[in-house]
Amino acid sequence: MIPQPLVELHGWGRASPTMAHLAQIDSVADAVSALRTSDSRRGVVPRGLGRSYGDAAQNAGGTALDLTKMNRILSVDAAGEPPTVMVQAGVSLDHLMRALLPFGLWVPVLPGTRQVTVGGAIAADVHGKNHHTEGSFGNHVRSLDLLMANGKVRTLTPRGETERLFWATIGGMGLTGAVLRATVALQRTETAYFSVDTHRATDIDDLMQQMSERDDDYTYSVAWFDAVTRGRHMGRAVLTRGNKASLAELPSKLKRDPLKFVAPSLGTLPEIFPNRMINKATAKAFSTAWYFKAPKHRTGELQNITQFFHPLDLVAEWNRIYGPNGFLQYQFVVPFEEAGTFRRCLEMIVNSGHLSCLNVLKRFGDGNPSPLSFPMPGWTLTVDLPIENGLDKLCDALDTEVVTAGGRVYLAKDSRLSAETFRKMYRRLDDFLAVRREVDPEGIFNSDLGRRLKLSKPTMGGAA
Amino acid sequence: MINAVGAPQSLLLLGGTSDIAMAIAHRYARAGLRVVLAARPSERRTASGAELKNLGCEVTEVDLDARDHASHAATIELAFAGGDVDIAVIAFGVLGDAEQAWQDPDLALELAEVNYTAPVHLGVLLAQRMQTQAHGWIVALSSVAGERVRRSNFMYGSTKAGFDGFFLGLGEALREYGVHVLVVRPGFVKSKMTSGLDEAPLAVTPDKVAEAMVDAIKAKRELVWVPGTMRVVMSGLRHVPRPLFRKLPI
Repeated sequence: MIPQPLVELHGWGRASPTMAHLAQIDSVADAVSALRTSDSRRGVVPRGLGRSYGDAAQNAGGTALDLTKMNRILSVDAAGEPPTVMVQAGVSLDHLMRALLPFGLWVPVLPGTRQVTVGGAIAADVHGKNHHTEGSFGNHVRSLDLLMANGKVRTLTPRGETERLFWATIGGMGLTGAVLRATVALQRTETAYFSVDTHRATDIDDLMQQMSERDDDYTYSVAWFDAVTRGRHMGRAVLTRGNKASLAELPSKLKRDPLKFVAPSLGTLPEIFPNRMINKATAKAFSTAWYFKAPKHRTGELQNITQFFHPLDLVAEWNRIYGPNGFLQYQFVVPFEEAGTFRRCLEMIVNSGHLSCLNVLKRFGDGNPSPLSFPMPGWTLTVDLPIENGLDKLCDALDTEVVTAGGRVYLAKDSRLSAETFRKMYRRLDDFLAVRREVDPEGIFNSDLGRRLKLSKPTMGGAA
Repeated sequence: MINAVGAPQSLLLLGGTSDIAMAIAHRYARAGLRVVLAARPSERRTASGAELKNLGCEVTEVDLDARDHASHAATIELAFAGGDVDIAVIAFGVLGDAEQAWQDPDLALELAEVNYTAPVHLGVLLAQRMQTQAHGWIVALSSVAGERVRRSNFMYGSTKAGFDGFFLGLGEALREYGVHVLVVRPGFVKSKMTSGLDEAPLAVTPDKVAEAMVDAIKAKRELVWVPGTMRVVMSGLRHVPRPLFRKLPI
């Protein structure tokens, strides 16, 4: 393969870009050859649509395998129990949903954007609003083909002799190898609509109580909360919960095309925004408007996919709103019994002076056997914070609370955790490292995140 | 790599015991920060290392002899043995007695070697490493003395003029590799290098220089004056006609 020029790669947060050789992968043979010709000092990392927020799909000085052209849906078993689909790793969830919906088939786990690849969804073990009922993406993967450091492709399954490598690959951030194809279990659905109940919560305690009491009545549940307002109404929120609507629930107008995929685009945000677009005035105005725009109580409202799941997908490149300095997303989980810590973390964020508009709160269900998977039973909170002076101190202070409570931070969002703190959060790190040593002793698969979190031996920054 | 909130994971200080180098280390110090102190072996180096370890840093001491060119490659090799270097600071230099320096051939040679030849040699060695890792910063501590060389310290000023030009140029050459070079031009710094000298106007502390450097890296700048007003002063002085310049008490 011809050596690729260096290009700048960044995560969705755009905060710490580096340069890497981007290799366009069109076939398994391409992937093998890119692996063989890569600079072993810097290694390779698989990359999909670049939606992880930090440095997971960056590899300074090394190679990034661009797998987005490996985007074919290979076969669908619609009659199976459950139905399954076999895809190449570069297929996006958007593409997959559009293809499957006409057959009444539904992707079981959807994160906040459809613009992620199946390979990325596996590597980050993404979760959605239905985690408390369906678990994370990895729970639904029936098998996957992994290109390993030795250049061989191996088929892995969640049970049997390949299970350790399978589960290390789920949530493994691309550091066990490159996922090339996967078979994913699907659900059946009669419609592409949701029956949604919306409730406002007046403060954080009201919200947590409402969620604890009735989350189990819904397949999907998530809350947006106000992270700007202090005092009595701290953590006031809009809780939306729903279930897939059955055909009988649709009005006759929608019954004509119940599986219609409604995903309009309002356009692409131009690259014109300065830093500090999110300031005290705009954040306060947005948060207040968002809260009061929601009905106090409304039940049984029919919403389409974009309304319910992916309002941000309406606008492409929405991350440009944060300006050239970029932003970071801080998402953590603490066990249910640590509700006090959870409340304290929220207070720290609200009182920090750092402003976040897109805030999500959710209850997780059980985790899965993956050593690096993020979800665990407990409360999870996500905030989007523009990069400003002092943000490092806020995040460090939150880390300390989270570690003490036995919680952790989500790697797909992370762009700043230290290796030491990471080790305290992921208690099964050594299980992951043991698998990695077996399948990739030289650390060929590597990334900026891998080096930052010491997931591989240090690589020499020069001719060794 | 420097993370999203501007915190480096590793710092290489060439001339690691200088006041400015230590001030920089203190600014970045946090648990887990890897610091390589490259300097001549001395009690001062050991003490500096201990100070940083107390702050939670992982410290490695590496021998650096600016005038022993043959040893430079091994110094850089050792400095990178622990992994990537996010920020490498060239913080060593000699001032010498200005009048002696232009009349004593040995002292003149020492100034030229320590302030220009060695930084250039080490700069090229650093650039090779940084090119491979395709990220990182080289910080070159220059001086306003190099902006317009004055009669009163032209030996020192001339070495810094060459130094400054080299690193600005290196920064341009390394752009396409994702590597940044920052040239810092402080005015009079109150440090052990200048102890015993009369303080010049707009004098700054080593910590002020470190603060300006940290901010410049955050803002991805290539050149920073400390204090900022020095830029205005020097751009004025730069254009003063020579007969008049000669008469200025500077």
